[in-house]
Amino acid sequence: MKKIEAIIRPEKVDDVLAALEDAGYAGIMITEIKGHGKQKGITQQWRGSEFRISLLPKVKIEIVVKDADVAKITKTVINAAKTGNIGDGKIFIYPVDDAVRIRTDERGDVAI
Amino acid sequence: MKKLSSIFFILIGLFLITSIPVLAEEAAQGQSAVAVTTAAPAIPAAQDVKIRLADPSGISTGNTSDITAAKPGSPTTGEITDAIGHNKIAINLMWTLITGFLVMFMQAGFAMVETGFTRAKNVAHTMAMNLMIYPLGMIGFYVCGFAIMFGGMGALGTLGGYAGLDSEFTISLFGKTFGLIGTKGFFLNGVYDVGVFGLFLFQMVFMDTTATIPTGAMAERWKYASFVIYGLLVGSVIYPVFGNWVWGGGWLSTLGSNFGLGHGHVDFAGSSVVHMTGGVIAIVGAKILGARIGKYNADKSPNAIPGHSIPMAVIGTFILAFGWFGFNPGSTLAGTDLRISVIAVNTMLASATGAFAATLWMWWVRGNKPDPSMMCNGMLAGLVAITAPCAFVSAGGAAVIGLISGVLVIEAAFFIERKLRIDDPVGAIAVHGVNGAWGCIALGLLADGTYGDGWNGVAGTVKGLFYGGGSSQLVAEIIGVSANIIYVGIISYIIFKLIDLAIGNRVSPETEIAGLDVPEMGVPGYSGVKLDPHSETPFSR
Ligand SMILES: Nc1ncnc2c1ncn2[C@@H]1O[C@H](COP(=O)(O)OP(=O)(O)OP(=O)(O)O)[C@@H](O)[C@H]1O
Ligand SMILES: [Mg+2]
Repeated sequence: MKKIEAIIRPEKVDDVLAALEDAGYAGIMITEIKGHGKQKGITQQWRGSEFRISLLPKVKIEIVVKDADVAKITKTVINAAKTGNIGDGKIFIYPVDDAVRIRTDERGDVAI
Repeated sequence: MKKLSSIFFILIGLFLITSIPVLAEEAAQGQSAVAVTTAAPAIPAAQDVKIRLADPSGISTGNTSDITAAKPGSPTTGEITDAIGHNKIAINLMWTLITGFLVMFMQAGFAMVETGFTRAKNVAHTMAMNLMIYPLGMIGFYVCGFAIMFGGMGALGTLGGYAGLDSEFTISLFGKTFGLIGTKGFFLNGVYDVGVFGLFLFQMVFMDTTATIPTGAMAERWKYASFVIYGLLVGSVIYPVFGNWVWGGGWLSTLGSNFGLGHGHVDFAGSSVVHMTGGVIAIVGAKILGARIGKYNADKSPNAIPGHSIPMAVIGTFILAFGWFGFNPGSTLAGTDLRISVIAVNTMLASATGAFAATLWMWWVRGNKPDPSMMCNGMLAGLVAITAPCAFVSAGGAAVIGLISGVLVIEAAFFIERKLRIDDPVGAIAVHGVNGAWGCIALGLLADGTYGDGWNGVAGTVKGLFYGGGSSQLVAEIIGVSANIIYVGIISYIIFKLIDLAIGNRVSPETEIAGLDVPEMGVPGYSGVKLDPHSETPFSR
């Protein structure tokens, strides 16, 4: 079991959700976050002076999947979230020890 | 707070003491006036009046039978000329009042521009200053400002000819008379005349325009209590003295008749009287207050502190541009002076070229984006600059004046921010101070000699340097501009320093960082909205 954590552009959330649905995955959680990557934010202008907005709004998507599905889901997210421009986001993949469905006490792959 | 409320009660007391005896006296005057006029509008006997049919086209409504006559339907020549005169003054008074109402609405424009250009955590405070400057300024103007400014202006030419504003304090120098301040009309006492009241309304909203300019330059750090004291003093003392010199018959208006300097200092609608005065108070106030926390880095370079609402500022700019159709054309004090169409067109042309020049200058010369806040400043700069010369220049002159103002406002804003290091969050000093001065000088250069015959008691029209008028009008304008800087600079410095000694001008750093809304006003301007402190606080290095 792995958790796929994808940081994506807010305006790409709908595309990513639709792509995941098409791929047959229902379980998902999303969080609105702020952050920056290696460009450290963006520059804006006010009355002729530049200033840096260092934290930009992003959306974090977390999906826990079977080991066998990691490659496929990761690919789905990448395809849906990519624009080719800087700031497209990142995907981090973590190991997950276990999962429990509270209603039924089911554990492991069947619970996700 | 105690000090403030005692000032308020002293004011009310003063008002009661001075007005009670006069109220009785004027009521008596009113009585006799009624007695004289009752003869005229006697209800005509039914048989004298033609039964009027409904008039859907409007062509025949308003005719001989509408002229007040002893014998209805057959007015005498005297009765007809009376009616014509009355109509002329009615048109003038109506024009003055309606344009005054437009200028009053500019208070809303100022509130929105200033609040839009400042941060979300200070909106209740900035708005509250813009709200209260209207009553505070008005109270000061009512108590003594109007009397100081217009107490000696002489007969009201366009508003009925009443000559009761006849008391000017003067001094004699080099064998010439210099008017300094008027001394009649305190609390509007002793000048109970419809023309004077029309004039009061119009001039009061002009004064309040000046009064609300510094609240922008001093925003986001000015202690509210200090502001309240300033608000009472600007309308009662700071503004009306210079106003008297230019519009109330004072010494700047007689530079022409006394010394042959053109028509004296000519300022049609207030580039100097209103806008420069506001701009000079603003620069003195902003300098004394100091910059907002975070505005300048240790190496003295400035940081941008973005305003929180460009939509609000843009709507405010439009409200101001709309109100300016009252400001400039209304300054004829006469709807029967048909120059008003030229004035209105010149006003709108300068606003267009000002905004256009500012946009291009930011886009191509000074930045790489066309900056909405500078567009607003550019439009306002054009309006401020055309305010003095609007009645005296051609359409081309107006367009050029606006064009230059649009560049001037940006360069001035940069100079004030980066060289003088005075923190003016909204650009009020560049818009009103610098372009107010430019407007007066532009008049001395570009007045085209088609208007202003007899202005300030000098025969002939107003002519600038480029139209064969020589340099004398320009010199009079420069003297007026210099006098404004010196007088307004000194008096506002003294007033702000005294307020500082008494109660302090600036809020505490904790208040400033938290935002002035809750500590100063007790309520957030955007209640229930989560503000993002990260988006509005710059990094000081
Ligand atoms: N190393 C990281 N650790 C935690 N979060 C990160 C990391 N890198 C990026 N993020 C998150 O991902 C968001 C998007 O990052 P972004 O796509 O800008 O990365 P980048 O490395 O700058 O790549 P690019 O050059 O494509 O912009 C950031 O706003 C931040 O929330
Ligand atoms: Mg990046």
